Amino acid sequence: MTDKRRSDRVLGDRLLVSTRKGLFTIERGGSRWDIAKVDFLGDNVTLTLADRRDGRCYAALDHGHFGVKLHRSAGDGWEEIAAPAYPPKPEGHEETDMWGRPLAWSTARIWALQGGGDDQPGVLWCGTLPGGLFRSTDHGASWQLCRSLWDEPKRRQWNGGGADLPGIHSVCVDPTQSHRVWIAVSTGGIWFTEDSGETWQPRGNGLRAEYVPPELTHEPNAQDVHCLVQCAAAPERMWVQHHNGIFVSSDHGRTFAEISDAAPSGFGFPVVVHPREPDTAWFVPEIKDEKRIPRDGRLVVSRTRDGGKSFELLSDGLPQTHAYDVVYRHALAIDASGDRLAFGSTTGGLWVSENQGDRWSMVSHTLPPVYAVTFG
Amino acid sequence: MARVNFTANLQRHLSCPQAEAAGTTVREVLDNLFAENPRARSYVLDDQAALRRHMTIFIDGRTIRDRVHLSDAVAEMSSIHVLQALSGG
Repeated sequence: MTDKRRSDRVLGDRLLVSTRKGLFTIERGGSRWDIAKVDFLGDNVTLTLADRRDGRCYAALDHGHFGVKLHRSAGDGWEEIAAPAYPPKPEGHEETDMWGRPLAWSTARIWALQGGGDDQPGVLWCGTLPGGLFRSTDHGASWQLCRSLWDEPKRRQWNGGGADLPGIHSVCVDPTQSHRVWIAVSTGGIWFTEDSGETWQPRGNGLRAEYVPPELTHEPNAQDVHCLVQCAAAPERMWVQHHNGIFVSSDHGRTFAEISDAAPSGFGFPVVVHPREPDTAWFVPEIKDEKRIPRDGRLVVSRTRDGGKSFELLSDGLPQTHAYDVVYRHALAIDASGDRLAFGSTTGGLWVSENQGDRWSMVSHTLPPVYAVTFG
Repeated sequence: MARVNFTANLQRHLSCPQAEAAGTTVREVLDNLFAENPRARSYVLDDQAALRRHMTIFIDGRTIRDRVHLSDAVAEMSSIHVLQALSGG
């Protein structure tokens, strides 16, 4: 896409919605949001990145029997590019998952796609199941497994959370120092590098896991982080939606404080933070954790504007009876202005707000199950 | 040379026409085929070059036994079918 064509499209006026049956492009026309086109119709699109640095888009597809694939578009159609692939497992190397089964060194899912810093054109990060982090320096034409993290002994203690295999679902690149990167793992806590992935340290003191034996409750590597986000204007502020609660950090993820009384529940998958207001964040609460449905069949988004001291429940425009929508960790999005939000659900609902969640408009309630939503 | 047919379901994603290739094992035949059609490789084999979990290969009507090393023998005029299980919804 040329710079001219990019500038023709107002940022935040387009949504890319990854679903079980295709990639839906939603565009704003007048005051309405409508489906403008569908790509990969019938195929399982699990995640999409709209790279704001150059306008390129990347779509991860899971073809099941045929494996995980990655496609790229510069605005003129999609082309298949290399998907991250694990190196040959050394002869004699034995490694098992938490169930005692051999752990395959093979990409089972692309679970995070993130562009590098503004000073790193072409750099992409990709988190996968079974726990490998990959980096590309050529717009996804090739990928390198981050061996320092893969070879980290504690990586072999990671477990599956929602899936059988552990996976990296969140990648945060420091907007002021792009060599500083945080990742989050389900389950494996938060890890930090300050040298673009050469070395890694665990982060996340203060995270608490209530589902493990007591001696592991505060072990950073045992934490089931569902989603990790970072405020663009105040990168020291990070928010975590965790398996058993909401946590907030004011020191780049070194320590977290638990928000213990978030209503109606501390359970959920996604979190987004306002790009300039670090105390403002949104969540989609659900009944924890075996049921995973909205409380009382009422779909709500919760918002804090005071760093988690209090939460408002936002329901205007959302279904309030017999709604059983689940919103996955990548399916809640905020645009660069901080005013527009959008989310999609497992039951095919898609809603957009143009006023920070005060009022929601339904775009569709008949989409395939929604896995990811992003502006771009 | 062995004659290789790929499942029609694969044709939806990429061009994979019937082809002939030399080799005395499944691995050799597929390596020769994928040298001509590299994109097809990752659709059939995983990152470790083993047969993908729900894929199967028949040689002259028999499923192969070595899904990891693909060492099953292939005869000069063998007929090979690369197929997959059907599931989903």
